[in-house]
Amino acid sequence: MTDQASASSSAYNEGVIRLLVIATMFWGVAAFLVGVLIALQLAYPVLNLDLEWFSFGRVRPLHTSGAIFGFGGNALIATSFYVVQRTGRTTLFGGETLAGFVFVGYQLFLVMAGVGYLLGITQGREYAEPEWYVDLWLTLVWVVYLLVFLGTVMKRKEPHIYVANWFFLSFIVTVAMLHIVNGLSLPVSWTGTKSYSLFSGVQDALTQWWYGHNAVGFFLTAGFLGIMYYFIPKQAERPVYSYRLSIIHFWSIIFLYIWAGPHHLFYTSLPDWAQTLGMTFSVMLWMPSWGGMINGIMTLSGAWDKLRTDPVLRFLVVSVAFYGMSTFEGPLMSVKPVNALSHWTDWTVGHSHSGALGWVAFVSFGAVYFLVPKLWRRARLYSERLVSVHFWIATIGIVLYITAMWVSGILQGLMWRAYDSLGFLQYAFIETVEAMHPFYVIRALGGVLFLIGSLVMVYNLIRTARGDVREEAGAPAVAPGMNPAE
Amino acid sequence: MFSHSKIEQNVILMLVLILITVSIGGLVEIVPLYTVESTIERVEGVRPYTPLELRGRDIYIREGCYLCHSQQVRPFRDEVERYGHYSLAAESMYDHPFQWGSKRTGPDLARVGGKYSNEWHAAHMADPRSVVPESIMPAYGFMLDRPLEAADIAERLETNRAVGVPYSDEMIENAAADLEAQADPEADTDDLLARYPKAAVGDFDGNPALLSEMDAMVAYMQILGRMVDFTDVKPEDLRQ
Repeated sequence: MTDQASASSSAYNEGVIRLLVIATMFWGVAAFLVGVLIALQLAYPVLNLDLEWFSFGRVRPLHTSGAIFGFGGNALIATSFYVVQRTGRTTLFGGETLAGFVFVGYQLFLVMAGVGYLLGITQGREYAEPEWYVDLWLTLVWVVYLLVFLGTVMKRKEPHIYVANWFFLSFIVTVAMLHIVNGLSLPVSWTGTKSYSLFSGVQDALTQWWYGHNAVGFFLTAGFLGIMYYFIPKQAERPVYSYRLSIIHFWSIIFLYIWAGPHHLFYTSLPDWAQTLGMTFSVMLWMPSWGGMINGIMTLSGAWDKLRTDPVLRFLVVSVAFYGMSTFEGPLMSVKPVNALSHWTDWTVGHSHSGALGWVAFVSFGAVYFLVPKLWRRARLYSERLVSVHFWIATIGIVLYITAMWVSGILQGLMWRAYDSLGFLQYAFIETVEAMHPFYVIRALGGVLFLIGSLVMVYNLIRTARGDVREEAGAPAVAPGMNPAE
Repeated sequence: MFSHSKIEQNVILMLVLILITVSIGGLVEIVPLYTVESTIERVEGVRPYTPLELRGRDIYIREGCYLCHSQQVRPFRDEVERYGHYSLAAESMYDHPFQWGSKRTGPDLARVGGKYSNEWHAAHMADPRSVVPESIMPAYGFMLDRPLEAADIAERLETNRAVGVPYSDEMIENAAADLEAQADPEADTDDLLARYPKAAVGDFDGNPALLSEMDAMVAYMQILGRMVDFTDVKPEDLRQ
């Protein structure tokens, strides 16, 4: 990868990326805010306000879609458009027009989906809630996105396709496959919103979790690994640790991930053979996941001192550490006897948030902190100290969140199966609900901290975009256009 | 020797290889679920939902109930004691989409049918804390007053038939009438019960004058887990 473009960076299509970065932060703050709201609703049900469009069941998909597709999706489209141009030393295929359609079309998808949830328009499939007409619209937008990406790779001026783009490509293609198959449904009428899915029962369950698990595997993992493979080497000014490991990492992770869906269905009516396959592949998945983590973290070889001085790099590297933690926890929870305890409980919620907040959000924050000075042509961020403040507030928030969910999840799982000395179930279900209250309060507090951190970030970015620079003792100047990573 | 650099220089080759790589797992796991006949256990009694139950199920989906309630009893001693016989694949074979859920913030509902009275359900959904003070469930009082929208009930049944639910012509012709009859304490429900055995009939929401969304929700709750008679089932019928 060579990047001699800092002198001529205006040659790249960057207007649309600026918009995507703004959208990333908008949806991020919105999703964190709604997350805090629903966390508080679980602690204090009066906050459902007895309004149907404000109740937990309708607002929760707004949080998950806002975080995954709003925040995560915009971050992925922004970074992929940035990386594919820089690493190929070329502009976007279709220019700002096609890319602009992707931007506008994608925001329209998010708004249609979100408004639908509040009105009760949903397919009732987790992380695939949008109804048929929203699904169709997203399919069109996604195909154009693939075209722009693929076309840009094809007209690259570098002989090799850089590793980050392999991950972006697999993310775009696989998400298209998952979305189209899992979304297959028949509308009751072409003028109405309601549809019934093509699949039912056990087949539907596995199709949905084939989708759901690989929304994690490809949307929230492969895509963000693309971010890791570009932005960590750039920020650390070091080449990727191992080229060979990148190849093994890439092919093994995309092959193995697809099989792991059944771990969402252990001990259900899914036949045992499928559960066993799912468990086997989920445990194997630990290896490529950690291979990727090692490749990311070891990229800092010889530059470890930068972790002390560069808070942006700290976000990026700690995100990979969180990735390593969640991808150890995931296989652990995919061992059937462990899952017998953890399934249906808050442990799962904690696990998904150690990935979502620690990995996805942190690596995105790192990338956005990297991008904003570049895209708005500023010498450096307004304040590195505020980046550090953001980092610590958010990290404490995550720790509160995931520890609260570990305790509540394991506690609830144990209470469900507790017997008294006479051989009766010890607890009524509602007692296990009551016991969750303090942890739901702590979790909400963790969410509030994470939200505050993101507001600090927004402030810092706005000041950066305006060209303000905060005088800070010992803040290293960010040198633009340093040697790129190979 | 094969060199990866070939793939790195040809994006179409890379695209094709990615597609092949990511297709294998799904094909191996999902396709046999359609072809292996024993995937669905050989039990009697599972039938399509009545029109009223189906509308109730639509509302269950609309409100996102699946985000806090599972419909899947696992084969563990504590779950079987708490909820009843473990769930069978057959019991959700007409569920488009499935609603097994992924979280039990509230209890499992796979076998909630017949365990509580209609009055309890209506009171609980309208104001959960009036019957379970520690509950954290949102209140759904509006369902009591809102007339059930059912003008397109026949189309809903037909759509379900098109995706594989064995609704008969007779069921579709009588959809609107069956919907009304199930919640009408005065109605003659013999035909309805012949078409849909074990359906709960009568007024569900305490207000016979109005066919409300609450009627549909409670009718759906009352059939959950009751279709299969487990006293008739032999262990070999359950082998998958």
